[in-house]
Amino acid sequence: MGIEIAIAAGKVVFLLLLVVLQVVGMGVFFERKVSAVIQDRIGANRASILGFAGLGIINTLVADPVKFLLKEDVVPKGVDHWLHFWAPIMSLLPAMVAFAVIPFGDVVEIGGRTIDLQVAHLDVGVLFILAMAGLGVYGVVLAGWASNNRWSLLGGIRGSAQMISYEIAMGLALVAVVLTYGTLDLQEMVRQQGHLIGGWLPGWGIFYQPIGFIVLLVAGIAESKRIPFDLPESESELVSGYFTEYSGAKHLMFMMADFVEVVLVAALVTTFFFGGWQFPGLDRTGFTVPGGAHVALPSIVVALLQVTAFMVKLIALTLFQIIVRWTLPRFRYDQLMQLGWKGLLPLALANVMLTAGLVLWLGSAPQ
Amino acid sequence: MTPAPLSWYLVLSALLFGIGAMGVLMRRNLIVIFMAIELMLNAVNLTFVTFARSLLTMDGHVIVFFVMAVAAAEAAVGLAIILQLYRLRATVNADEVTTLRW
Amino acid sequence: MSMVLFLVLAALTIGSALVVVLHRSPVYSALGLVATLALVAMLFLGLDALVVGFLQVIVYAGAIVVLFLFVIMLLNLQVEQEAFSAPLLVVSAMGAGVGLAAIVSVALARSSVVAPPLQAGFGDMEPLAERLFTGYLLPFELTSVLLLVAIVGAVVIGKKKLS
Repeated sequence: MGIEIAIAAGKVVFLLLLVVLQVVGMGVFFERKVSAVIQDRIGANRASILGFAGLGIINTLVADPVKFLLKEDVVPKGVDHWLHFWAPIMSLLPAMVAFAVIPFGDVVEIGGRTIDLQVAHLDVGVLFILAMAGLGVYGVVLAGWASNNRWSLLGGIRGSAQMISYEIAMGLALVAVVLTYGTLDLQEMVRQQGHLIGGWLPGWGIFYQPIGFIVLLVAGIAESKRIPFDLPESESELVSGYFTEYSGAKHLMFMMADFVEVVLVAALVTTFFFGGWQFPGLDRTGFTVPGGAHVALPSIVVALLQVTAFMVKLIALTLFQIIVRWTLPRFRYDQLMQLGWKGLLPLALANVMLTAGLVLWLGSAPQ
Repeated sequence: MTPAPLSWYLVLSALLFGIGAMGVLMRRNLIVIFMAIELMLNAVNLTFVTFARSLLTMDGHVIVFFVMAVAAAEAAVGLAIILQLYRLRATVNADEVTTLRW
Repeated sequence: MSMVLFLVLAALTIGSALVVVLHRSPVYSALGLVATLALVAMLFLGLDALVVGFLQVIVYAGAIVVLFLFVIMLLNLQVEQEAFSAPLLVVSAMGAGVGLAAIVSVALARSSVVAPPLQAGFGDMEPLAERLFTGYLLPFELTSVLLLVAIVGAVVIGKKKLS
């Protein structure tokens, strides 16, 4: 019993501290540097420790968090204190907990024990993701309401309306994904992407569900309220929208929630459409070179290669979202709602029907 | 996993139902009355799931599924009615909407 | 699920249900409802009802209560001055609630409801879907019609112009 708890705790520590928070930190750093490159400037590079500025790493990853944590926590007058306190937590918690069902590797065998590299092996992993996406709305709407500020309330209501609208498109995209793989279990879905199509193309989800990929990516970016869907936060219009009245550590929690959701969307898209931890040619026993030769590798090395593959894809998709953010202009609110209800929803529905028809016609879930 | 003794779940759902019924009778705000009704529906859901576990049949879960769908439909229509009522009478207090005409 | 965990969850559930019913601010009642629904979902998970537990969070806590919150904020309902009905009604309601709970508890204490050992795959999506699409197909189709009616009804009733 104790060893089971220790293994679970080890997985949580590994996943959250060593994977998610590192990618979030890198995301923050890349955000500033990639935006600088896109806008033809150098970016933040002034803060330094003993002259070492590390290209801006010290500024973004050391000075910024320290600044946020040491700032005075200003709470405006007339604010509902309990709600004002809990809103950032209710925004951050579901986003981080949703990583519990993301598989970051296959199994690893240590000391005779087979450990599944997924924090919680749920048979209904997709439902868990949808549940956490639904709970993320509360942080936004409560932050807007509890701030005793008309424009925060406006940002909060807009934000939550946007989130529940795009949740529907996301849910339908996930229905098509579930139809394709025939299971709700994320680890099973990744395992099914291990084959090669026609001997050379990796059997990743994007080749089976291109429309689902687009719908999920767009809906995911809209859920995390990133540009081009960031009207609830619109920096140039509503100051900070629903989290205007938050300072110090609470502001840091909202920004962290933003980046954790970016990484979460990247992880979901990787798992469903880019083969998760699959590396073409790699399976549990070793590596098959594309000539036919098979190199046997120990289980730990295989697991490390799989986790590396997963992280490479994760970082690539995070970078993609950052580049999208600094390239596209913002949607107007009615355009945003129209895209969600009149564009993505019919597209996702059509995709579900098309997928269902194909699955019926081909006889079983494409394998 | 083996659950706690099932009769405890049934007692809990009876308590929840009682609290919900209390809420419907005690409160004046129409929206809070509505929320107490949702509490009662949840108590019933808990009873169904408990008996489904006891009899090892999925029928209980199917009924809970339907209860959720019906509760969603009812919440949508009920809140639309309350909204329209507020536009007409500027109140959601149940004691002030007791007459059909002025 | 051990007894301790169940008692903690049960106590929290009763506590948040009381917040729903007794708190003067409608926003706090709504948040108490979210807490109650999340705790009941955890109890479902303890009863091996995985699909129904997560559906509870998705549908109830993630959609219905958000709808409640929207309406409360739209109508800008503040903390109420006259939250409770006449004292006589309050006292008799409390008596009725306690009485109902007492009667059911006594009746249950005399019965025996046991949990047999679990079969594999209980509470999963496949058995639920099998029941839903074979034995309960007619209610399923009727529910979809009901939801359509509810959508149309809510839009029509909630329109700004009365005709």
